[in-house]
Amino acid sequence: MIALLRPHGLLRESLRKLRGNPLGFGGLVIVIVIGVLTVFAPLFATHAPNEVDVYARLQPPSGEHWLGTDQLGRDLYSRVLHGGRIAMTVSLVAISLSMALGVALGMLAGFGPRWLDRLLVIGFDTVRSFPTVMFALAVVALIGPSLNTVIGIVIITSVPAYARVVRTQTLALRERDFILAERAMGASTWRILRHHVMPNIAAPLFILASMDIPAVVGLEAGLSFLGLGVRPPTASWGSILSDGYAYIRNSPWPLIAGGIPLVLVTLGFTFFGEALRDIFDPRLRRKT
Amino acid sequence: MLAVSLLFGMIHLIPGDPASVMLGPRATPELRAELTERMGLDRPFIVQLGSFLGRIARGDLGEDPFSNRPVAAIVFEQLPFTLVLVLAAITAASLLGVPLGCWSAIRRDSWLDRLIALLAVAFIAIPSFVIALYAVMLLAVRLRWFPAIGAGEAGNLADQIYHLVLPALALGLGWVGYIARLVRASMLEVLEENHVRTARAFGLPERVVIGSYALRIAILPTITILGIGIGTMLSGALFAEIVFSRPGIGKLLHEAVMTRNYPVVMGTVLVTTGFFVLCTLVSDIVNALLDPRLRNSEEAR
Repeated sequence: MIALLRPHGLLRESLRKLRGNPLGFGGLVIVIVIGVLTVFAPLFATHAPNEVDVYARLQPPSGEHWLGTDQLGRDLYSRVLHGGRIAMTVSLVAISLSMALGVALGMLAGFGPRWLDRLLVIGFDTVRSFPTVMFALAVVALIGPSLNTVIGIVIITSVPAYARVVRTQTLALRERDFILAERAMGASTWRILRHHVMPNIAAPLFILASMDIPAVVGLEAGLSFLGLGVRPPTASWGSILSDGYAYIRNSPWPLIAGGIPLVLVTLGFTFFGEALRDIFDPRLRRKT
Repeated sequence: MLAVSLLFGMIHLIPGDPASVMLGPRATPELRAELTERMGLDRPFIVQLGSFLGRIARGDLGEDPFSNRPVAAIVFEQLPFTLVLVLAAITAASLLGVPLGCWSAIRRDSWLDRLIALLAVAFIAIPSFVIALYAVMLLAVRLRWFPAIGAGEAGNLADQIYHLVLPALALGLGWVGYIARLVRASMLEVLEENHVRTARAFGLPERVVIGSYALRIAILPTITILGIGIGTMLSGALFAEIVFSRPGIGKLLHEAVMTRNYPVVMGTVLVTTGFFVLCTLVSDIVNALLDPRLRNSEEAR
């Protein structure tokens, strides 16, 4: 994508436009701040995330524990930071893999033979006919809860969305004059896909990805909340919320600590994604 | 149909047979063999798939190995609770979302419009179970305005509605934003159209122009989205049911997953998937009936 932008100075142009969009810029700032905090979580954390201190159970925020403590006296601020790593890992790994798979399958459907296209579209529709969370629960019931299961579920459920975008764009491009000209000059299918189709589908894909992150973060937290994501004692925003929910009558702080980062991240990525869409696709802006 | 076969195939590709997982490590081989035979697990895959599909076509979802009751009975016992919740949520969301959308379309680009747009995006983005948790924390546990758990006394309608308020609101809040956005967008389009201009030129009061001339058309896309909305809300309802400890499909599925009760997991997912597909289908049909453009293109063919 960088290579696509550099020749036109589009990256600088977009950053300039983004600054004119306070919400989008705010979203970007939130995303960067949370990204830095979670990547360097051990540096910023004040305690080890699983350090138990039974004398300091369910405490409100203090100088020692910035966001209070949970039912085992674990420091919530440090757990939230480490939980952020889980959320970020799941969303980055799952989204990049589903994007890669979606691009491959979408191009195959769009550029390949007609029967393959039909087959793939039926496959996408089948996956999409399950309500996501119900599907996720069924899978977890079968192969057991783990981080990899969550990643797998996200990939299976989101590949169709990416593949559909790629397929539609590829089909639209396929008959365009510049592609036909390229083909007449003897370019291989691979060359056409790589040099002509890829750059044209990059922008919608990245917009889709940035709008997808909140959903994935939410799904991971949701599954961990249900006890079907990460295994205890690993900190995840969902497992912090789940612990907090069990002690809701004793202290509100675990719930507040687990929920705020979720709210911030989903809002940050959504506002940033919307801003990206406005910048790259002015047609959509006029519609909504 | 395809989805069903996929689900069934998935269960079979998983290592370890359901019978031994269900009975736990301390089961005797005889017990295991008996259950395997009762569930028909010893027959070849294709035979199993065939008999499975046949049973589903007859509405038989198998038997719950724990309580020995038919799964279909258990699922359909819980389904009404979830449907009531989803319908309440979608009604609440429409009642709030449609006026908000109209309002922000009429006062386009005012601070109010911007505020509504901002809140709409926020409510769509925040996971509904977080909203549900915060609602419980604030309105039920702290302020004690609403009950935190249960579906209310059976037979006591007022009590049931009282118990429904918070979960429905938590579930519907995201859709308020979504509907408001949709109505605003289509309202802006409709307001530009000729018949609205004519109505205005006739000197009809603005209330009538918006309420009965513009809204009637602007609401169409929203209605078709609602069908899909009901289907997607099933996922959200699961969290709402667990957070508020309400009976329903979601809670049933969650418990079945926790106890590895495969027939019930299967039955629940099947019924909800069927329902989801049905909702999508109905909304497609309604869309075709309501949108004259689609109808005309069908006739032109």
